[in-house]
Amino acid sequence: MSDVVFTNEMDEEMLLNMGPHHPSTHGVLRFIVHTDGEIIRKAVPDVGYLHRSIEKIGERCTYPGYMPYTDRVDYLAAMFANEVWASACEKLMDIEVPPRAQYLRIISCELNRIASHFSISLGTTAMDVGAVTPFPYALREREYINDFIEELCGARLTYNYHRIGGVSFDMPKGWDDKVLKWVDHFELILNEWDRLITHNTIFVKRLANVAVISAEEAVDWGFVGPNLRASGVNWDLRKEDKYSAYGNIDFNVPVGSGAYGTTGDCWDRFWLRVEECRESCKILRQAFDLIKQWPEDEIVGTLPKKMRPEGEAYARVESARGDMGCYVIGAGKEEPYRCRFKTGSFNAMSIIEYKSPGLFLADLVALIASLDVVAPEIDR
Amino acid sequence: MQPKEMFDVLAAQFGPEVIFDFHADPKKDKDPWFQVKPYEIEAVAEFLKTDARFSIDTLECLTGVDYPDKNHIAVVYHLYSYSLRHRLVVKAFLPREDPSIPTLVNVWSVANWHERECYDLVGVLFEGHPDLRRLLLPDDWEGYPLRKDYAEKDEYHGIPTTRPNPLELFQIGKAPAKA
Amino acid sequence: MATNVTTGLDDRYTDDAGSVINTRVDQMVNWLLNWGRANSVWYLLFGLACCAIELMQTGGPRADLERFGSAPRPSPRSSDLIIVAGTLTYKMALRVKRLYDQMSEPRYVISMGSCSNCGGLFQYAYSVCKGVDQIIPVDVYVPGCPPRPEALLEGLLKIQEKIKGEKYLQMRYGVAV
Repeated sequence: MSDVVFTNEMDEEMLLNMGPHHPSTHGVLRFIVHTDGEIIRKAVPDVGYLHRSIEKIGERCTYPGYMPYTDRVDYLAAMFANEVWASACEKLMDIEVPPRAQYLRIISCELNRIASHFSISLGTTAMDVGAVTPFPYALREREYINDFIEELCGARLTYNYHRIGGVSFDMPKGWDDKVLKWVDHFELILNEWDRLITHNTIFVKRLANVAVISAEEAVDWGFVGPNLRASGVNWDLRKEDKYSAYGNIDFNVPVGSGAYGTTGDCWDRFWLRVEECRESCKILRQAFDLIKQWPEDEIVGTLPKKMRPEGEAYARVESARGDMGCYVIGAGKEEPYRCRFKTGSFNAMSIIEYKSPGLFLADLVALIASLDVVAPEIDR
Repeated sequence: MQPKEMFDVLAAQFGPEVIFDFHADPKKDKDPWFQVKPYEIEAVAEFLKTDARFSIDTLECLTGVDYPDKNHIAVVYHLYSYSLRHRLVVKAFLPREDPSIPTLVNVWSVANWHERECYDLVGVLFEGHPDLRRLLLPDDWEGYPLRKDYAEKDEYHGIPTTRPNPLELFQIGKAPAKA
Repeated sequence: MATNVTTGLDDRYTDDAGSVINTRVDQMVNWLLNWGRANSVWYLLFGLACCAIELMQTGGPRADLERFGSAPRPSPRSSDLIIVAGTLTYKMALRVKRLYDQMSEPRYVISMGSCSNCGGLFQYAYSVCKGVDQIIPVDVYVPGCPPRPEALLEGLLKIQEKIKGEKYLQMRYGVAV
C-alpha cells in the first residue's frame, strides 16, 4: 500500500521583494515581505540605499560651508534642515538672529511645508492608493512655489538659503503681493481637493481603519510631527518651543480624531496634512504682515571672526516630517567634531515591521505612503 | 525640573559610582550633561520612565562619538519628556577596544533602529538587542566608518572608490611636454 | 568595393559610397525607423534622490516630457532609456547593473545631475559611487544640482539626435557603427 502522509501544514508562505526600485515615489526603500496569499505575515524593511555619509562629511567641512549638505538630508523639506543646522550652530556660538531674518525663515519654511505636504505627501499617497490623476495637479502648485522660492534665493529644490546668524537674501520688491495672491488661490484648491479626494467614499474605504497606531504606541516608537498628531497627541514644536518668531503668530494645531474610523489610522494622517496646509496659509498671511515693521536688509546677526567653538548643542525644529534635531559637537577647530541629524522618518520606518502582520499588501503601501517616509531622511 | 536638580535626585537614588561627573559650563555645554556607568543604564532608564518627577517619554536621539585620543567611545542619549517638558542628556563612556552597553529597547522601542545605526557606523555592541545587524551599509561592509581612524578601501566588488581628477588625467594647465 | 574584415559584409553597409539604389533605400528606411524610434523613447522611472523630484517635475504639467513621446515605464523590460537621477551608492550600484542588463537593446542612458555624472558633492563620502559610468555606459550627461527641467529636456533632445544619426539596419545585422 502507498505510504501517503497527510499533513495539516499549509506552508504557502511566499517571499516577495518590493524594491529598491519601485514606481512609488518614496525613494529607494526595500521591503522583504513574507506573505500568505494577500495577507502579510511579516514585512522587514531594508534601508541604506541612499546612505550618502553626510554625517562623516560634516567632519571635513567648515560650519558655514556645511549648509548645502544639510539640504540633502531631506531634499523635500530642505529649508527646515537648513534652519536646524543654523539653529544648532547659533546655539553653540551664542549668535542672535535679527527679527526680520526670523520672519523670512518662517515664510520660507511654511512655503516649503506646503510644497512638501501638498505635492509630495498628499499627491503620492493618492497615487499609491490608485488615483493617478491628482498627482500632476499637485505638481502644478509645487511649480508655483518653486518659482517663488527661485525668486527669493535662486534654487528650486536644494535651497541653501539660511545662513548661520540669519538668511542670505532679502525679499525682492513685490514678492509678498505675488505670494499672497497665490495663497488666496491655493485655499480654493485645498477646498477642491477636500471635495474630490479627502472625503471621497473610495478613498475613505481604502484608508480608514487601516494600520491604527494608538497614542501610546506613537510615543513609544518615537513618532513626531504629523504622525504623532494624527494619533491624538497634541504636540507641535512651534507652539511648545516657540522658536524663531512663532510666539507672535496665532494658529491652530490640528489633532487627529478618527472622523471616519479610529484615531490614528491612515485617513487621519492624510487629513491632518491637508489641515496643516490650511494653517500654513494662515501663518504666511500673518508673517507677511508682521515683517513690514522691521527695516529691510538686516538679515544676518553679528558673527564671530573665526568660528572655532568648543562644546556641544542640540537644536530642533518642526519640520514637515516631524521634529528634526541636530546635535553638533565642536572641538575648537574650524570643522565640527561630530554632527548628527535626528529625523522623523527614521523613527516612523521602524514601526513597519511591528505593524505589518495581518495587513493586506495594498494596505502596506497605504501605510508607507501615509507615514510620509522619504529615503534621504532615513539614510542621510 | 532643572538639570542640576535632576542630577542630584538621580545621584541620591543610584549612588555616586553610577551617576557622576556633571557638566554645566554655560560657555561650552549648552545642554548640561552627566555621565552614567554603562552597565547600569537600563536600570536608570527604567527609573526615568516610571518616576513621576521625570516621566521621560522618549529617547530623542542616540549618538555614538569616537574619541581616539582619550581612548573611549561616548554614547550620548538625549531624553525628553512630553508631559513635563524637560530634557536630560546622559553620556556613557565605553572603552574603545570593546565597546558594549546594554540595550534600551525594552524601555523605549524607538531605540531599536537608533542602536542598529550606532552599531553599523561606530561599532558599539548593544547587548540584548533582538536584531543587531547592519542597517545603512551593505551587509558585507568591513569597518566602522564614523570612527576617526577609518580607512576607505580601494574598491568595493570591483567598483573603484576614487575617480581620476580630469585636470591631472588630461594634463590641463601644465606646460606641454618637450617633443 | 572592399569587404569589412570583421563582419564579412560589403563596405556599402558602413560606407555611404556604393550603388545608388541600395544606399538610397537604406537611407530612407533608416530615416523612417529612426524617426519612429526617436519620437517614442520610453524611459524607466529610476529616481534615486533629489534629481528624482526634478524628474517628476519634468514629467509634470509645465515642462511636459510626454509631449516628446516619452512615457514613463515602471519596468526595465519595456523601456528604451534609463535616466539615472540621483546619487548612486555602492549598495544600489549592484541593482542598477542588474536593471540595465534587463533592458533590451537598443538602450540608452542619461546620467542626470552631478551625483550620477561624477559623484557630485559627495567626493569624500565612503559609500557613494563616484559616477554611474563606472558601472554602465552613459550616452548623455546632464549637469546640474539638480538640473532644471529644461536641462533634462535638452538631454532628451540630444538622445533623439543621437538616435536619428544611427544606421539602424546596419546595427541590426551586427555591424559596429
